[in-house]
Amino acid sequence: MGFMRCRKCGGAAVINMRQHKLSLCGEHYSEWFVAQTDRAIEKYKMFTRDERVLVAVSGGKDSLSLWDTLLRLGYQADGLYIGLGINDPAPYSDASLEKTRAFVESGEWRVASGEDPASPITRYTPLLHVVDIEETYGKSIPQIARDKTRGHGKPCAACGLTKRYVMNRLAHDKGYAVLATGHNLDDEVAVLMQNTLRWQTGYLARQAPVLPASREGLTRKVKPFCRFYERETATYALVRGIDYIYDECPHAVGNLTNFYKTLLNQLETQSPGAKLSFYLEFLRARGEGAFEPFNQVETLHECEVCGQPTTAPGRCAFCRMWDVEKLDRATV
Amino acid sequence: MQIMFRDKKYEIKGGISARDAIKKIGVDPEAVLVVVNGKLVTDDAVLKDGDDVKLVAVVSGGQLCIAD
Repeated sequence: MGFMRCRKCGGAAVINMRQHKLSLCGEHYSEWFVAQTDRAIEKYKMFTRDERVLVAVSGGKDSLSLWDTLLRLGYQADGLYIGLGINDPAPYSDASLEKTRAFVESGEWRVASGEDPASPITRYTPLLHVVDIEETYGKSIPQIARDKTRGHGKPCAACGLTKRYVMNRLAHDKGYAVLATGHNLDDEVAVLMQNTLRWQTGYLARQAPVLPASREGLTRKVKPFCRFYERETATYALVRGIDYIYDECPHAVGNLTNFYKTLLNQLETQSPGAKLSFYLEFLRARGEGAFEPFNQVETLHECEVCGQPTTAPGRCAFCRMWDVEKLDRATV
Repeated sequence: MQIMFRDKKYEIKGGISARDAIKKIGVDPEAVLVVVNGKLVTDDAVLKDGDDVKLVAVVSGGQLCIAD
């Protein structure tokens, strides 16, 4: 079997990043990946080592790799798993939680053997917060989607609304400075392409590696993996031996985002680096103010039920969908 | 040589690169990683008859999608 060589040590490469003209072996790739993550955190001023970070974990490669990387870098990173109750036809949510728990319990996030024990890598022991939606709000995501107009056909809208709310609420209530998600470059360019094709200028104005906490009650949101290709986060997970859930959410199969990812990968195959330059040039234009006229600051109100910020007076979309005021206050 | 991808098996003759083998079975090389005999390799690796080849899809799990 022929193989490409690592640029650093000449060993067998596990990845060839055409857009960087760089091939690396497992050990040097892992080092490079961690260093690049730290550079992104610093470049976009995401957070500091003094701030507590809440990582939204799903049991997938991106979120577990993000958590692993932040811990290796010495950040105080805890995890939040949201149990959605998507267990039909296959136990997707249950399996995702199992992978997440196994990751924390295995200690895979600790320093890998072979690394310098004198390095400033933390021994921070992470916490895993688990919010089970059905236990807390009385219904699973597929059940609420069936019962409400929001999410007719597919539960993705109800799911997105619920996750955004729970993530923000828990991060705020537990005093985390920042919420980190594992969105990678493929996720970002797929959304960028959708928004560009429809000239959704408002959305384009708000797409960024950092979404600041614009008012009390909102938590800063960051995407430290926004410059990594999806194949790079998957490679990191495999190299680190992270056991993640390979299956896609059954409701995500065939969705529009995946369709755009497929198109963009075809472009990347013909033109290596196309995805990266699409994203970085967008960020450059955004940084130069190209979308500033469309970045309208919405007046936010306080939800009359939960007190969280909302765009319209009265109840927020989350409290309306879940009829929160009718639920047992002790569990919500 | 057998290539495993998403619970399906594909029979391919050895002596070609992983990238060409991936294209041959109709998969985009950007969308998968190649594991040969338990080791992650780059897609220029030349596959031999008898190799145990698995393709790992790189697409996200989806639980983290928070777009509306």
